Amino acid sequence: MSTDVVRAAEDLNPLIPHVSEIVIGLVVFGILFFLIVKFVAPNFEKAYADRTKAIEGGISAAETKQAEADARLAELEKQLADARHEAARIREEAREQGAQIVAEMREQANREAERIKENGKATIEAERQQAVTSLRAEVGTLATALAGRIVGESLEDDERANRVVDRFLADLEDLETSRQAAPGVNGGAV
Amino acid sequence: MTLAGAAIRASESPPQPGPADFNLPPIFEVAGFGITKPMVLVVLSAVIAFGVLYTMSRRAAVVPGRLQFAGEAMYGFVRNGIARENIGAPDYHRYVPYLFTIFVFVLVNNYYGMIPFFQFPTMSRIGYPLALALIAWVVYNVAGIARHGLLGYLRLQTLPPGLPAWIVPIIVPLEFLSNILLRPLTLTLRLFATMFAGHLLLILFALGGEYLLLHSDNALAIPGGILSFVMFIAISFLELLIMFLQAYVFTLLTAMYIGLALADEH
Repeated sequence: MSTDVVRAAEDLNPLIPHVSEIVIGLVVFGILFFLIVKFVAPNFEKAYADRTKAIEGGISAAETKQAEADARLAELEKQLADARHEAARIREEAREQGAQIVAEMREQANREAERIKENGKATIEAERQQAVTSLRAEVGTLATALAGRIVGESLEDDERANRVVDRFLADLEDLETSRQAAPGVNGGAV
Repeated sequence: MTLAGAAIRASESPPQPGPADFNLPPIFEVAGFGITKPMVLVVLSAVIAFGVLYTMSRRAAVVPGRLQFAGEAMYGFVRNGIARENIGAPDYHRYVPYLFTIFVFVLVNNYYGMIPFFQFPTMSRIGYPLALALIAWVVYNVAGIARHGLLGYLRLQTLPPGLPAWIVPIIVPLEFLSNILLRPLTLTLRLFATMFAGHLLLILFALGGEYLLLHSDNALAIPGGILSFVMFIAISFLELLIMFLQAYVFTLLTAMYIGLALADEH
């Protein structure tokens, strides 16, 4: 009877733990801990890790793409600059070539003009030479004719001879003056 | 069952809620061993906690669904808010599952006090918080000894640096008492007492209100009974907060003890 009372009093004291409850608490907590370690925590950690990886992967992929795009842009800009440079170079060359062509043509034309001028001079010279030659021949003929006349009449009279010479000289003077007045005509006619 | 038993007494005399209301008779016996309601509840809490958590975490998707999101919020709260804050990287990883188990286990068992038909906070039976506190005691001491060696650990725990020599003989026993011996007791008592007192208050206002409204002849009985039920509702909301808070505090203190045991100086 007295032990029952003591036990009842112990039961009623909430500060005195029951061994069975401690044991059950330990066992149940242990089982729950095991299950969480085994099945719950790894899954949550995996989700975290996967998410971190996905985000980091996305970021790094974006960075790679960005770098690629930058590189391509730089390349295109370089190509564009090259093309512009090339175009400028070609234009410059064309201009130079054009100028050169013009200069060449001009020089050629000058040469041609020179040549034509030279030709003209040569022709004139040749004609003059021809005229001189023919004049000389004519003067010779005239001289011969004069000599013939002098010789034909001289034997008769000194006076006559003097007259012939005077006449010849006068003829010659006439010839000279008329030639001076119209040299081209006389030249051609003599 | 508590309420029913007390209600029978209430029909004859004013109710006197007390420790007896926490001392439930066995529901059934297994091989001569009486199984009580808290025992069933504790086992059930593990089933509930694991069932819910497993459902939440099973898919482990990168883009979480609602359930997984809720589970991750809870897990992240313990992992980042408690473990990492108090233990610090990289050690905290090892203790996250343990701390998380404490948190959900205490949380479910506390909220039993508010859920109809369960209506009994298991942690108001001192054996259960004591079991948890004993585990915590073993865990943080073993962690400290494994890190610093037995003597190094005792020195770190009992001898704060930079003390004058004459005070050391006084401080060392005090620190030993508070850091090594009393921590599991304070852990136990804090959780047990709040759950016990909270549940007692709820019983008091529920049974008191019922008695005043139905069985008392006093002139002030009716307003008193109404006030009692109003108080019952107010205390219920307070309890909802306290039940979460106690689960948080128990987990937080365990994490702090582990962190202090692992720290080089404090």
